[in-house]
Amino acid sequence: MIWLDTLIQGLLLGGLYALFAAGLSLVFGIMRLVNLAHGDLIVLGAYLILGIGTALGLNPFVAALIALPLMFLLGWLLQTVLLNRVLGDDILPPLLVTFGLSVVIQNALLEQFTADSRRLPVGPIEAKSLAFGSVSVGVMPLITFASAILVILCLNWIFYRTAIGRAFRATSDDSVTAQLMGIRPRRVFALATGIALVVATIAALYLGARANFDPSIGPARLLYAFEAVIIGGLGSLWGTLIGGLIIGVAQAFGAALKLEWQILAGHVAFVLILLVRPRGLFPRAHD
Amino acid sequence: MSVLLEVKDLTAHYGDFQALFGVDLALKQRETLAIIGANGAGKTTLMRAITGIARVTAGTVTLDGGRIDQLNAPDILRAGISMVPEGRRLFPSLSVEENLLIGAHARKGSGFWNKGRVCELFPVLSERRHQPSTSLSGGQQQMVAIGRALMSNPSVLLCDELSLGLAPVVIREIYAAFPTIRESGTAIIVVEQDIGQALQVADTVHCMMEGRITLSGRPDELSREAIHDAYFGITHS
Ligand SMILES: Nc1ncnc2c1ncn2[C@@H]1O[C@H](COP(=O)(O)OP(=O)(O)OP(=O)(O)O)[C@@H](O)[C@H]1O
Ligand SMILES: [Mg+2]
Repeated sequence: MIWLDTLIQGLLLGGLYALFAAGLSLVFGIMRLVNLAHGDLIVLGAYLILGIGTALGLNPFVAALIALPLMFLLGWLLQTVLLNRVLGDDILPPLLVTFGLSVVIQNALLEQFTADSRRLPVGPIEAKSLAFGSVSVGVMPLITFASAILVILCLNWIFYRTAIGRAFRATSDDSVTAQLMGIRPRRVFALATGIALVVATIAALYLGARANFDPSIGPARLLYAFEAVIIGGLGSLWGTLIGGLIIGVAQAFGAALKLEWQILAGHVAFVLILLVRPRGLFPRAHD
Repeated sequence: MSVLLEVKDLTAHYGDFQALFGVDLALKQRETLAIIGANGAGKTTLMRAITGIARVTAGTVTLDGGRIDQLNAPDILRAGISMVPEGRRLFPSLSVEENLLIGAHARKGSGFWNKGRVCELFPVLSERRHQPSTSLSGGQQQMVAIGRALMSNPSVLLCDELSLGLAPVVIREIYAAFPTIRESGTAIIVVEQDIGQALQVADTVHCMMEGRITLSGRPDELSREAIHDAYFGITHS
């Protein structure tokens, strides 16, 4: 039964990783941009929720609702003012710029909030759990997991069932021909990054509710997210979910064997899967 | 009839390489114009310059009296010029139906062309509408590309080498759609290497060579020899 428990804890942790990764996956799928500041933007989102919650005396869940449109706007501006200028055939400039952005965000947060660990005070729900037979499952991890599924469902719906999703896919296929259809790729990209930061804010809520955070933890979150995206296959949102779950389960089993092995086990699973499936589990047919 | 699209003294470059040298062109309302010329003559460059994909370095393009040469491609589409690009360029991640719908991305209001009308024009597309566009034959893909371009209800339709890589019977099938397209009120420019096809469909023919228009006229005025010479750059002394 201990194994079943570990598996479930791992899946629930994986849901959080999938949330970290979904925005990254969306942006990469549409504009082939690897946003090295994604982890830091999640941390920024957590501080924003904390700040709104503290200033207005709101529960983090309510504060997050206010943070969502603000983060969308931030994503839109970030893409319009900065990232659209460096996107091109050369992949190096966007990497350098987002790396720089990562450093800037970390230092700005450090300046503003110090290096102290913080946590989002979600209240009594944090300690609640449900018992399924002999397995007890925390309510917060369960909500996190459900949110991850919901987010992936929503993103898939946008991507495959709406006019804007059609424009996303067309632009990703061939941005020159997309312009012949009247599509403005820069606006499409701005919208995509806005949506990615909305997802990042949802991730931030659960990150901050589950564990302590400080300005420096972004890059580690980015790494898990990145591994999830690659395991799943670049550009596949369901793949990203599965990728997140695999990392989460591997970490849980690693930790069950020996506490120090938690992080290592996740990375080992990543390497093993890439050895067997170099393009990930669900690669796109045409790339 | 009045001039709809007018190209004056148009010049275009790829870096330092000059691909168009002062091209002049006038397309009247409801007219079909053909541009023929050998490989590398600059036909595609001219189409790309008109649609805003290739940068115009000198000269003007006006549509309905308004300058469009400094607009970007999405705005030129909105102004009313739509293109079937060389090599079809369907979106591989979109189904046949989605490829048609994306053609209407910028459309406001209604017009003659919609998904139903395009499927009447090319009935095979309605059977295949849920398939990935990559699963179609070359001719069917060309039909999707034409339909996609029509979905914006353009006043000018540019077609760059529709016959490329297609069997003669398929080419005929595709050109059979032209009368309907013309009746819908759209003026058309076709770029063709297939001279016979161009002469059949066009009201006016322009022959291009090395970035210039070297011969123009109505198909019935132009002798085979004159076209042949303009096409291959032979001058009789
Ligand atoms: N992207 C490009 N960069 C540099 N030169 C180019 C580019 N595209 C075309 N050219 C050059 O411009 C000239 C005109 O090319 P263009 O494609 O317009 O010819 P075309 O008449 O359409 O030929 P084809 O019948 O083969 O399609 C050619 O000399 C070609 O080499
Ligand atoms: Mg060409």
